[in-house]
Amino acid sequence: MSSYAATTISSQAAANRLLLRRKRAERRFQLYGILAISAALGFLVVFLASIVSRGYMGFVQTEVRLTVDFDQELIEAGSYRKMLRTSLSELFPNAGSSRAERRTLARLVSAGTVFVLRETVEADPAIIGTVEDVWVLASDPVDQFYKGRIDAALPEEERPISDASLARIAALEAAGRIDLRFNRSFFTRGDSRNPEEAGILAAIVGSALALLVTVVLSFPVGVMTAVYLEAFAPKNRITRLIEININNLAAVPSIVFGLLGLAVFLNVFGLPRSAPISGGLVLSLMTLPTIIISSRAAIRAVPPSFAEAAIGLGASRVQAIFHHVLPAAAPGTLTGAIIGMARALGETAPLLMMGMVAFVVEVPGGFTDPSTVLPAQVYLWADSPERGFAEKTAAATIVLLGFLLVMNGLAVYLRRKFEKQW
Amino acid sequence: MVNVSALSDPQPKLVARAVSVYYGGKQALFDIDLDIMSREVTAFIGPSGCGKSTFLRCFNRMNDLIDDCRSTGSMLLDGSDIAGPDVDVVQLRMRIGMVFQKPNPFPKSVYDNVAYGPRLHGMAPTRGDLDEIVETSLRRAGIWDEVKDRVDQPGTSLSGGQQQRLCIARAIAVRPDVLLMDEPCSALDPIATATIEELIDELKSEYTIIIVTHNMQQAARVSQKTAFLNLGRLIEFDETQKIFTNPSEPSTQDYITGRFG
Amino acid sequence: MLLSYLPLLIIALFGAGAFYASRARISAAPQRSLPGLPGHYGWYGTLWTVVPATLVYAAWTIIDDQVIRNVVLSDFPDLSGAAATLLYVSIENAAAGVMTDDVPMASVELLLHLENLSAAARFALVTAVSVLGFFWGWRRIRPELTARDRVETALLVALFIASIIAILTTVGIVLSLVVETFRFFQLVSPFEFFFGLEWSPQIALREDQVAASGAFGAVPVFAGTLLITVIAMLVAGPIGLMSAIYLAEYAHPRVRAVIKPLLEILAGIPTVVYGFFAALVLAPSMRNLGVDLGLTISSESALAAGLIMGIMIIPFVSSLSDDIMTAVPMSLREGSYGLGATASETIKRVILPAATPGIVGGFMLAISRAIGETMIVVMAAGLAANLTANPFEAVTTVTVQIATLLVGDHEFDSEKTMAAFALGLTLFIVTLALNVAALRVVQKYSERYE
Ligand SMILES: Nc1ncnc2c1ncn2[C@@H]1O[C@H](COP(=O)(O)OP(=O)(O)OP(=O)(O)O)[C@@H](O)[C@H]1O
Ligand SMILES: [Mg+2]
Repeated sequence: MSSYAATTISSQAAANRLLLRRKRAERRFQLYGILAISAALGFLVVFLASIVSRGYMGFVQTEVRLTVDFDQELIEAGSYRKMLRTSLSELFPNAGSSRAERRTLARLVSAGTVFVLRETVEADPAIIGTVEDVWVLASDPVDQFYKGRIDAALPEEERPISDASLARIAALEAAGRIDLRFNRSFFTRGDSRNPEEAGILAAIVGSALALLVTVVLSFPVGVMTAVYLEAFAPKNRITRLIEININNLAAVPSIVFGLLGLAVFLNVFGLPRSAPISGGLVLSLMTLPTIIISSRAAIRAVPPSFAEAAIGLGASRVQAIFHHVLPAAAPGTLTGAIIGMARALGETAPLLMMGMVAFVVEVPGGFTDPSTVLPAQVYLWADSPERGFAEKTAAATIVLLGFLLVMNGLAVYLRRKFEKQW
Repeated sequence: MVNVSALSDPQPKLVARAVSVYYGGKQALFDIDLDIMSREVTAFIGPSGCGKSTFLRCFNRMNDLIDDCRSTGSMLLDGSDIAGPDVDVVQLRMRIGMVFQKPNPFPKSVYDNVAYGPRLHGMAPTRGDLDEIVETSLRRAGIWDEVKDRVDQPGTSLSGGQQQRLCIARAIAVRPDVLLMDEPCSALDPIATATIEELIDELKSEYTIIIVTHNMQQAARVSQKTAFLNLGRLIEFDETQKIFTNPSEPSTQDYITGRFG
Repeated sequence: MLLSYLPLLIIALFGAGAFYASRARISAAPQRSLPGLPGHYGWYGTLWTVVPATLVYAAWTIIDDQVIRNVVLSDFPDLSGAAATLLYVSIENAAAGVMTDDVPMASVELLLHLENLSAAARFALVTAVSVLGFFWGWRRIRPELTARDRVETALLVALFIASIIAILTTVGIVLSLVVETFRFFQLVSPFEFFFGLEWSPQIALREDQVAASGAFGAVPVFAGTLLITVIAMLVAGPIGLMSAIYLAEYAHPRVRAVIKPLLEILAGIPTVVYGFFAALVLAPSMRNLGVDLGLTISSESALAAGLIMGIMIIPFVSSLSDDIMTAVPMSLREGSYGLGATASETIKRVILPAATPGIVGGFMLAISRAIGETMIVVMAAGLAANLTANPFEAVTTVTVQIATLLVGDHEFDSEKTMAAFALGLTLFIVTLALNVAALRVVQKYSERYE
């Protein structure tokens, strides 16, 4: 006897109400899901946009065109400072000649201009005795003002740039002597105390050296471990121990690897602080589990029939694995290695302990030279109070993210390209 | 949705007209027309992959759950289109219950398994009502005596046959009009199979039942009508008696005598 | 400089030569069926030429610094400990061309002399061992030699050694942490460390100052870590779980294939970048917002750090939860839909309960990640060891303290550095426990639906 026949109108209405409520709950629930995803992706967009909007101006720099008299006497006397001063006071003849006034005038251009003039002369001695136009970097306040980051409407004492300087900038602009130009020195120099002169080359080279150490150490060891565990290891206690150990090592906080590096590599083995070799060593221990795990997955994905076929033809197990299984697993292995390297490139915390968060002006030339790495440079600049460094930090971040994008893109490409259906 | 006509109406319970189903670009069912009468057991037979499950799942729109599955044609329940704009799939599935090939009890207690549907649909205002529904359903599915002392234990801890009967109890607890059974005995031993066949026989006094089976004897034992499908087409549909003794299509003859499939 | 890499070059060249020479030697032999390909004999020769020489090179390189140091410093018998180190560093700097005043020139010359001597001796020794090794192998290359077997065994040994490195790493971590922590606990009682309410490890500036060593009660540090982790999980838990639910149960596979990697980008962004964002973008705007609302939000607040950390760990929650939910058998879903349940009812009543162990595992991994994260908190949370539950205040965390106690040139054996190792050990144990538990839970779960 079907109960529906007996259903009354009122309970029918109640059922409809219930159904309505259930459908509303359903829509609400689905909405939560969409909101959650939008929140996460929305943050990603805001995050990237805010970094790009802060950083893209770091790739250009305000420069001032000076007319410099490369006077022989001054050069022989080494008075490049005087040469600069002359050039500036010719531009602004009524700037006054008291010390304070002269200093304000000199603050239009970067503090490093004197050295730039010397380098110009050293690079091209034929210039001596001539009068040339030279583009030099503007000082940080001028640069920031010219990029519109300083509000001229503020009272003079609340902004880092004086009224007199503002007037001079206007004059320079009228004369076509000030302009935004591509910031070459950002890519060709190391760190500097002056934001307008600071560059990331030293950090990029430091990162490259450290990663080289990492890949040279962790890739072979990681692949060898993976091959051993997947293809040769007997199923015994030691093997189990190694496996558990690798899984757990993958989850150890990176800063703990820094402690290991500090205690063992620096203090016991006496490796140099702040050197790519020591930093790279720590990064390779940290990357090792990633590479092992992904290589094992890649090897496991190769059907056993590959090895069986080779063994059936009289190959030894070693030959079967190395000639047939490993090449088939190579793309997956490589992908894992690239992802591991990308992680190592973005890592800062353990390097903090290894002294690789350092003020490095010189581009390192070898594995034992003092160096810093790209993310450490970001960290250092983020801590600096000058306005110019905020922009530099964001610009360095863009470069860092760019490298990561390329590496991960490569990994994805490799995976797609070699995605085989055996 | 009151089904007043169900008692005496000669009108078919379920009607399929020109039903075609596609998985992605691949067509799995071709233009099927079929009428299912109320309070009868209809069996679907046919070789593996011929589209029995696909067709069965059309009746309560389970194919909606498959992303690239598309269907054309129309299906009517008590004369109204099951895909109509005012039809709610939740209510449809409440009226057309389903039992699957592999027992799939939820990882909850036996009680909660059976109470799941009634709770959703607000069928039991009080705990007492719910207890009653659970007990009746388990009784009708023929396992009350086996589980009455352990309704708090997980449904997954029962044996395969018990699990399948639990799933049947779960399906009838929401009091559907129609019960779809996709090879309900394929995972069971002969004794459990016999229990379920008895159950089907009993249930047919109240429910319209469609059963998919690979077991010819079973089809012959439990069903009144039989449909033979092959390669996505309905080859023959008639009284079970007729299909098994005197089929009009040669391929039906071949299939039931075991010459192919 | 060149002299220090030259031996390696020699080894490489000799190794290559040995390969061809050995292969040629066996190819000249008349025998037909050898127990190995000619290449195996080649490798056999290479192994004898390269391995002993490399070991000698490594051993020499490791000990020679220490020996030279002892010889140089033997001229200064009355110096010891830090003073000796200081002197030696200045001698080394002078030898490298960085002069400081009053460096004993004699020692500098001695050092340079010894370094040259050592490099030359190492070069000679390595070359000799390599040549000897080659001849040793060469004499054994006969058709009876089971070259393939030998070479493959050597290879397996190498593979095994490689896989031991992972264990050595763990041993290294545990040893270095435990040793320093043990020494720390001899100076500061474990009771004070784990239950003390005052944390100010900065050693007093003057020797005679009262309480010359700082206070090492780590409770404020643990509390700060907990506070930030809780904030992070309040962000990552709901967002991650709901995202996972949407992706696993609602989204079209094509949408899922796009969104999932996008979400995972969040975990791939270097944490220093998050720290930069938290410190320079989020914190100032939160402080301004606080001013507008009449709240005092510290510029280094637990809230800013926790929020950003929460966003970073969203993928840790969502990816694993999503995988686990996708792994819930379709039959359970069908069972529920077949009874007329809506999607959200199916999720809430069937899928989530069935997937709970996996989701819990994902949460634990995310928590472990949050506890161990360093750069975000270093840049956004601050150093002040406030014992507070107010998210608008500045707090400090275990990782921040480790980092700040160890950055820069400290005397390595001060209480400060040892305290950092004690914090490190605590961190290691907690994250390890979370990880082991998470893996177990997930494993149990996946066994259930095998
Ligand atoms: N989810 C799906 N995606 C794509 N194709 C499917 C899907 N499910 C079924 N098919 C295809 O549709 C056709 C009919 O399948 P169906 O499951 O309905 O067969 P069946 O008659 O129930 O077979 P069996 O007796 O083996 O259960 C088969 O060719 C099958 O490959
Ligand atoms: Mg089927």
